[in-house]
Amino acid sequence: MVGPIPHWLSRNLTMDKASVYQKINEILVDEFEVDEQIISPEASLKESLDLDSLDYVDLVVIIESNFGVKLAEADFEGVVTFQDFYNIVEQRMTARN
Amino acid sequence: MSKRVVITGMGIYSCIGTNLGEVKQSLFEGRSGIVMDEERLAFGFQSPLTGSVPPPDLKKALNRRQRISMGEESEYAYMATVEALGQARLLADDLNKREVGILFGNDSVSKAVIEATDIVREKKDTQLIGSGAIFRSMNSTVTMNLATIFGLSGINMTISAACASGSHAIGLGYMFIQQGLQDMIICGGAQEINPYAMASFDGLGVFATDIDRPQQASRPFDKRRTGLVPSGGAATVILESYESAINRGAPIIAEIIGYGFSSNGGHISTPNIQGPAKAMRRALGQANIRAEDIAYINAHATSTPIGDANEAKAILEVFGNKPYVSSTKSMTGHECWMAGASEIVYSTLMMQHGFIAPNINLDEPDDDIKELNFVSHAIKQEFDIYLSNSFGFGGTNSALVVKKFNDG
Repeated sequence: MVGPIPHWLSRNLTMDKASVYQKINEILVDEFEVDEQIISPEASLKESLDLDSLDYVDLVVIIESNFGVKLAEADFEGVVTFQDFYNIVEQRMTARN
Repeated sequence: MSKRVVITGMGIYSCIGTNLGEVKQSLFEGRSGIVMDEERLAFGFQSPLTGSVPPPDLKKALNRRQRISMGEESEYAYMATVEALGQARLLADDLNKREVGILFGNDSVSKAVIEATDIVREKKDTQLIGSGAIFRSMNSTVTMNLATIFGLSGINMTISAACASGSHAIGLGYMFIQQGLQDMIICGGAQEINPYAMASFDGLGVFATDIDRPQQASRPFDKRRTGLVPSGGAATVILESYESAINRGAPIIAEIIGYGFSSNGGHISTPNIQGPAKAMRRALGQANIRAEDIAYINAHATSTPIGDANEAKAILEVFGNKPYVSSTKSMTGHECWMAGASEIVYSTLMMQHGFIAPNINLDEPDDDIKELNFVSHAIKQEFDIYLSNSFGFGGTNSALVVKKFNDG
């Protein structure tokens, strides 16, 4: 499902990968209180965010509200690292565009 | 043999102060916490008056998972409970090692329910509500959150009994401990304070209409009263068996000696005289004291014409005109689900510090109740026993009797 496109994103629908990664990192720091220092593409997303089953629901919500794309439960199946997470958000954005 | 039940800690987060010290001072000075809320006028309220409390900043105290499950009533209750635990000299470790229960009065979660519903209406997708909404959207939100945060392992439930919820929560906590089923229970009441929570209540036309003078609008028992002013926050008392308090060397503030209850069996919103009188008599009977032993009555009186008048008549019927009577709602507004608990905190503060808080804005009582011993200006007065009334929609009544602690 496609939600409304945020104002900042509507100006730059073709945002580059680095911008997407940076935005995701900012969201994780602000909303999930992740220590900025431990974020790296290779680090474990689950361990870094101390995720439980409820947190995945909130990841879907914040990605939808910030990028206008909705992740499905199946998208998370292969996600281990931050890079994996960036990739599934990117794939959803590409599919929408 | 039934156990003695004592209060070893109190906490308060209200529109007349966000800790015991501030609240004690406001009570003594007769300071009102009522303001005019422009947002309510724009929203369609007839009366925009409300108590106002600052939103607590819990970012440092609680983690994300804990915070997103809490609506404002739980936030206020957390603040009040932290203060009460501190006064009772209870640390996190004590709560984990012992079997501690929690009973809170709460009867709405309007904001949480409406906000979650609005998201679904807009997005057409329940998954986008977020994971915290369900825990904010149940009446038991306060007890489910606090029991989790403080790691409690005893009785854990919320009491919904309209504007008597907080009082019944304390009454039931008293019974659990008195019967030896629990040694320690965190009791209290919490009340959300936002337009969503009060819109349908305002729709009944029972809120004060004197909107140009917010601090004079809540005037229980006064001839010129025009209705109540809604308010909110939270109050907590730590109830404990006497043995438990003594064994751990806890400070004992007061003793609960009676809990009376009844139901009017009549109109859904209009109170009568017999129901409240029955609850007060039952509380006296349980406390095994005479009516003349009660020095002060903290009235339920909310500033509505019929409610105040009928309570005054019930008090006259049971107690005559001897005890001092005041309604602290003249300062706080009607704290609804929280009121029965906050008024125990207010009255106990008075008993501890030797004064009786005024029923402000009481210029002239109704003719047929003016013989009551109203306190319209604060008086310095030591006293040993008080009774606190709380009544609610559906005719639910609660009366608690609290005594200054005496180790005899």
